[in-house]
Amino acid sequence: MQWEAVIGLEVHVQLATKSKIFSGASTAFGAEPNTQACAVDLGLPGVLPVLNAEAVRMAVMFGLGIHAHINQTNIFARKNYFYPDLPKGYQTSQMDLPIVGQGYVDIPLESGEIKRIGVTRAHLEEDAGKSLHEDFHGMTGIDLNRAGTPLLEIVSEPDLRSATEAVAYLKYIHGLIRYLGISDGNMAQGSMRCDANVSIRPKGETTLGTRAEIKNVNSFRFIEKAINYEIERQIDVLEAGNKVVQETRLYDSERDETRSMRGKEEANDYRYFPCPDLLPVIITDEDLKSIRDGLPELPEQKRQRFMDAFKLSEYDATILSEERETAEYFEQVATQCDDAKLAANWMMGELAARLNKNNLEITESPVPADRLAKLLSRLKDQTINGKGAKTAFEALWEGADDVDAVIEAKGLKQVTDTNAIAAIVDEIIAQHPEQVEQYKAADDAKRKKMIGFFVGQVMKASKGSANPGQVNQLLQQKLS
Amino acid sequence: MALDRSDVEGIAHLARIAINEQDIENTTATLKDILHMVDQMQAVNTDNIEPLAHPLELVQRLRSDEVTETNQRDHFQQLAPQTENGLYLVPKVIE
Amino acid sequence: MHELTIAELVHGLADKKFSSVELTQHYISRINQLDKKYNSFITVNEEDALNQAKQADQLRASGQANQFAGIPIAHKDIFCTKGIKTTCGSKMLANFIAPYESTVTEKFSQANFITLGKTNMDEFAMGSSNETSHFGSVCNPWDIKRVPGGSSGGSAAAVAAQLTPAATGTDTGGSIRQPAALCGITGIKPTYGRISRWGMIAFASSLDQAGPMTRSAEDAALLLNVMSGFDSKDSTCVDQPVPDYTESLSQPLTGLTIGLPTEYFSAGIDSNVSKAIHAALDVYRQLGATIKEVSLPHTALSLPAYYVIAPAEASSNLSRFDGVRYGYRCEAPKDLEDLYKRSRGEGFGAEVKRRILVGTYALSAGYFDAYYIKAQKIRRLVKQDFTNVFNDVDVIMSPTAPTTAFNIGEKMDDPVAMYASDINTIAVNLAGLPAMSVPAGLVDGLPVGLQIIGNYFAEAKLLQVAHQFQQATDWHRQRPAALD
Repeated sequence: MQWEAVIGLEVHVQLATKSKIFSGASTAFGAEPNTQACAVDLGLPGVLPVLNAEAVRMAVMFGLGIHAHINQTNIFARKNYFYPDLPKGYQTSQMDLPIVGQGYVDIPLESGEIKRIGVTRAHLEEDAGKSLHEDFHGMTGIDLNRAGTPLLEIVSEPDLRSATEAVAYLKYIHGLIRYLGISDGNMAQGSMRCDANVSIRPKGETTLGTRAEIKNVNSFRFIEKAINYEIERQIDVLEAGNKVVQETRLYDSERDETRSMRGKEEANDYRYFPCPDLLPVIITDEDLKSIRDGLPELPEQKRQRFMDAFKLSEYDATILSEERETAEYFEQVATQCDDAKLAANWMMGELAARLNKNNLEITESPVPADRLAKLLSRLKDQTINGKGAKTAFEALWEGADDVDAVIEAKGLKQVTDTNAIAAIVDEIIAQHPEQVEQYKAADDAKRKKMIGFFVGQVMKASKGSANPGQVNQLLQQKLS
Repeated sequence: MALDRSDVEGIAHLARIAINEQDIENTTATLKDILHMVDQMQAVNTDNIEPLAHPLELVQRLRSDEVTETNQRDHFQQLAPQTENGLYLVPKVIE
Repeated sequence: MHELTIAELVHGLADKKFSSVELTQHYISRINQLDKKYNSFITVNEEDALNQAKQADQLRASGQANQFAGIPIAHKDIFCTKGIKTTCGSKMLANFIAPYESTVTEKFSQANFITLGKTNMDEFAMGSSNETSHFGSVCNPWDIKRVPGGSSGGSAAAVAAQLTPAATGTDTGGSIRQPAALCGITGIKPTYGRISRWGMIAFASSLDQAGPMTRSAEDAALLLNVMSGFDSKDSTCVDQPVPDYTESLSQPLTGLTIGLPTEYFSAGIDSNVSKAIHAALDVYRQLGATIKEVSLPHTALSLPAYYVIAPAEASSNLSRFDGVRYGYRCEAPKDLEDLYKRSRGEGFGAEVKRRILVGTYALSAGYFDAYYIKAQKIRRLVKQDFTNVFNDVDVIMSPTAPTTAFNIGEKMDDPVAMYASDINTIAVNLAGLPAMSVPAGLVDGLPVGLQIIGNYFAEAKLLQVAHQFQQATDWHRQRPAALD
């Protein structure tokens, strides 16, 4: 049977406020345990929460960034459960009236298509502390520095159909929050965390299968692996004639598998109710307008601009606009070398391959944008040819900083002198009489294939420095 | 609404409150009495009435995003039953 | 000296009739001597109080003192006080010393009041008799076999026994007014949001409100001036200017319309209490007021609605007491669940646990709509009742409590009967309105309280109405015979 996966993601984003969502304690990462947990964060008796304006503003920015309905009256509720990293015994969150309602994002698929993914809602809540399980004489240590850090929980519709789509969605969200400057999106430090709801159903079926929730998967790579593992597992379960159990599962990256948390987690009854210490949050039309007016150019606006101004395909434009840094790099290269298509091809080809292979971000690229732009300018003005450009790029990647010096040192300068090329062409024709006979006897279609042989020989003889276009042209003249 | 012993055990678990075996009957009976009194509410029709969560129906005030708190860990941890290396200790949490 | 009101103490100190040290020492001595009988204090702040008094005297000597400098006061043990134990009447917090100060006590300190100590109360303010305190029952100074009311029973008894000139209290369903009534003193619960709740240990956040408990309406006005006002640390605290509550006290009551809700004089109200209230109403008629029967039709429903909303909020508010960061932790927990369940099972008393269980039930899946949402809807109906009536009247009057002080132990085995003693006070909390209780008579030697309910932020009107009554009567000057 053909199976189809149905995936929805819950993404938790730590908002980049200076202070916590309900207290004046710092949110800085990496402080000594419990040094940034104030009386409010610790849930001491008699203390009260006051909402951070910046957290509200950032949540609204996100909502506007995904075309969402903003609930101009939104309510905080308490989610009650006991856990040592939850000091008050409840998490202040939003339930019935979240700040951000229904919205959507458009993500690029590998096929080159763009797919619209619904976002059900996004709500503000407070983060919990951390349990440290290294041994304290058989006890667990609790650090509440993180408790009260503002979180935006972004819940997608079950619109994703594969692990790859899930990652593409996640990358889009990651790009968006960084464009907006509302989070650093650092997954290693937990600034962006993801739970995935995964179910499968026979292809063509419209009702949803039973889902499993995979908790806390904290890198793009692990998300992909965890979802793929989970899809396979569910297929195995169903094909063996068993049923998928609705449960929470934990992804173990070392063993690359998801494990049931059954038995350790009971059926929870969170007893949500409106938080009596907080009043309804009202976002006025003026607030909304001023936040909208202050928004930076967003990925999709950039995408449109790249399509209009640089004539990029929608797919290329999407890939290049997704992350702010990538977009900025691209714009610089495209503008400086004055050839957007060339810049796009190089960034999505040579540069992307190298970055991926070395697991680097664009900001960590050893070849900065101006250097790549200069290299591409040299390619464009025919100082070097494609092969020479690749060789030069290799040198730049290894740390060379002067494009022209590299071209000089490696003798990559393209021979564009027609006489010099003509001499080599003549020589090659003289050396291969048999092939010349065959060529002359052939029809046009065959000739087109056969000319490649001569071009190759000439390029070889010129040690790659001849301009391939010129070589082609001369060969055609002389062989006809 | 009927409330039995197992309901009380369930609620007590949700609320993380130990009830001695010998007290469960009595607790169940008392809670039944209270809920019986509370059930008088069901007599009135409240269709189309909006629930009221806050008496004054005012609006949340927002705080500007400033760090105003300083480290008071030593102060706070003097109150704690058990700490080590600045951490609060609890019996092992199994994940 | 212990007979004087705050207003009189202000003059006494200003005129150097006595010093703050003398005054404070006098009260401390009285507490040490007499409170064995009443148990109205959990903590006596003797040494610190005398130091504060010395400083207040120095301030006066240097001419920098404000009017209240050096006047002693006692605080309900629900207000967090830096350096003085705050127990909330519970074993859970038996040794808790808050590292921060509540806004209310901070305001009193800034006005140079002297903190005599922390008064006894029902555990976490849950009770109507002060019998749920971990630190023992409080005895009513009018009859020590009887309860002082609750939850601010310690504060009420301390003021009535003249162990302090005044005390702070909190009122979630009548916890200032009912003990004030039962102990023959004056108490006001202002409009919800008038006084900051910061540092006041929460029972039910949307209902809790602090207020003063005093010997007279004038004193209540003076203290309300100190306690009221905006606090950025409490999101529910209202940012509205505070009038001088003493300013309108002496204005006559001619033209005042008093609403008399029939529902507040219904079954369950002792007929002698009712008589005393009607006698008080006659006084108001003589003072120029018109009395008008009104109806608050949802009054009976306010009791069940309250006993859903208050426990629901409490069940969540009290989850923080888990034995991890502060407070009681059970011996040798065998695992995390055992730590939670036994710390809470052993640290909380029976009534607190009962309310946590009721509240947990009311919020749990399958019951939330039938209980919690239903109660919130009734809350709106109760509020609308008052809004309608305040279109026609200036204040509403009723007995504060259905009976005079009952015997210690009388209602402890019957929580529902105990809850019913709040029947006349809780609707006010659901609506968030200001209300006060003033002494209005004696029945068999026990005080009766007259409840005066006002419209939102009409505290000045309430105090004026109460003060004019106290100018015409001397019920508030009556003292328990046992004190002589």
